[in-house]
Amino acid sequence: MMNMAAARGAKLGLALVAALSMAACARTANDLGGAGAGVAGAATPGSAQDFTANVGDRVFFSQDSTQLSGAATATLDKQAAWLQRYPNYSFTIEGHADERGTREYNFALGARRAAVTKQYLAARGIAASRMRTISYGKERPVATCNDESCWNQNRRAVTVLTGAGS
Amino acid sequence: MQSLGAALAASALPRAARAQATGDVYVRGGGAFRPIVVSVSPLAGDTAGPNSITMVLTNDLSRSVFVQPVPGKPGQPDFAALKGSGAQFALAGAVTPAGGKLGAEFRLFDVNSGQQVAGQRYDTEASNARRVAHLLGDAVFTAVTGEKGFLDSRVVFVDETGPATKRVKRLAIMDQDGANVRYLTKGDELVVTPNFSQDAQEVTFMAYAGQKPAVYVLDVETGRREEVGNFPQMTFAPRFSPGGRKIAMSISAGETSSLFLMDLATRATTRLTNEQAIDTAPSFSPDGSKIVFESDRGGTQQLYVMSAAGGGATRITFGAGRYSTPAWSPKGDLIAFTRQGANGFGIGVMKPDGSGERILTEGFHNEGPTFAPNGLFVMYFSDPGGGGGAKIFMSDVLGRSRFAVPTPHYASDPSWGPLRK
Repeated sequence: MMNMAAARGAKLGLALVAALSMAACARTANDLGGAGAGVAGAATPGSAQDFTANVGDRVFFSQDSTQLSGAATATLDKQAAWLQRYPNYSFTIEGHADERGTREYNFALGARRAAVTKQYLAARGIAASRMRTISYGKERPVATCNDESCWNQNRRAVTVLTGAGS
Repeated sequence: MQSLGAALAASALPRAARAQATGDVYVRGGGAFRPIVVSVSPLAGDTAGPNSITMVLTNDLSRSVFVQPVPGKPGQPDFAALKGSGAQFALAGAVTPAGGKLGAEFRLFDVNSGQQVAGQRYDTEASNARRVAHLLGDAVFTAVTGEKGFLDSRVVFVDETGPATKRVKRLAIMDQDGANVRYLTKGDELVVTPNFSQDAQEVTFMAYAGQKPAVYVLDVETGRREEVGNFPQMTFAPRFSPGGRKIAMSISAGETSSLFLMDLATRATTRLTNEQAIDTAPSFSPDGSKIVFESDRGGTQQLYVMSAAGGGATRITFGAGRYSTPAWSPKGDLIAFTRQGANGFGIGVMKPDGSGERILTEGFHNEGPTFAPNGLFVMYFSDPGGGGGAKIFMSDVLGRSRFAVPTPHYASDPSWGPLRK
């Protein structure tokens, strides 16, 4: 088992090197489709990948908190600038909670996190008509383990582009 | 006793004498608590195996905590032999299948006097065999404890499959012992927090149908479903009023979630709370006059009681930790809750004024108690967290027992319905 996994990892490493060299030759973002944050600097400006990889689509919260941290407001400032530059996008702000809360409270907590995020972007000049919010409470974790290393990824507000871009 | 409808007719068997037990389980629940031992003779003519009426009944009673079944010899009870055995009561009876039909009768005897204290005959379709066992168990439970039964009842819950990051949730209904699971939704939408009407075959729940999470009502027999109102905001945490004509629920607005009451006939919606807070998880007192709910208006989640018409609320929880998901007992005497504290997520009960708190179980992560129709038991779910999933458990309100309720997959959000009609 261990050997197989190691072999697979090695193969993936080779594939990634190949993809990078192709990008260097062709200079097209299409070659990189789905390659992830590590190489997405070449994503088409104004694309959803550009937003996710170069701006950051999510902000994180402390336990049971809706306070925007310095890191969160820095990300939201970048989001606001990007959304100003590409005004044809509408988007949904998803509020999420970690599993250390009761289900219904977490729906309300996720709604609060989405609302706080929306208010911040509105204060940075983004029209409310472009934004909708939804709470998923603790129903859609992205990381599943029993400690803070997962919980802090799950306490989040994610800006999901919905409308067509420019 | 129960009205059984056309398909299931019951008749009381004559009693040799009135020796009705008038037990009070709370008195018996003191330090010297001992379950009442009932000798259960295999019913004559019963089938063999786990689906026999005798076995379903024995399984029911073994989870009843207050009554302890012990296997008896076939035939009529031998009172002289039973007297030294510790058994206070003895059950005997017979099953008579006849061409797709089923007749079942039982008699319960006081071992000391040899007198009959209860007796019942049921005539029904053979497919109702498990129900007959539950009815029989309820009759025994009531005769022995003086309390209402709880076994002939169903539970609505959420069936969970798939990885935690993409969990598929389906509404399902089962008998209280986990048998006869039937799915009420298909799994193409996220469904949570069902609440079973105590008066009709209806369940209200929250679903992500389309992109807007909202509250729905579903008739569990006909499948007819409709959204409760049509609000632009998220609606969640729905609970039926006693009588089933109104639903209390939370409506989210910005950073605030407030409680509202909707009349299902007129669709008139009344605001119940108006604080800059998360007010949710409402539960009506059985007389319909009050609502207990959770609110973080004081800083953290705590339980409050207010008039069912809304207005001023009185905080009732002052113990260590955060209190949530209150459920008012159908007996009116207790409120069950989830408590988050140093020992994880516990399930407890307290009196409606907040006194007499008793934690029934603790650990990561218990949540969401729902009362049995007689108010003596709660079901809740227990989730180890991480990538695993929840299972449903049942405890008595004295905290003496914890039984896993068998479900086909992971299961959460149980809501215990009324005794069947």
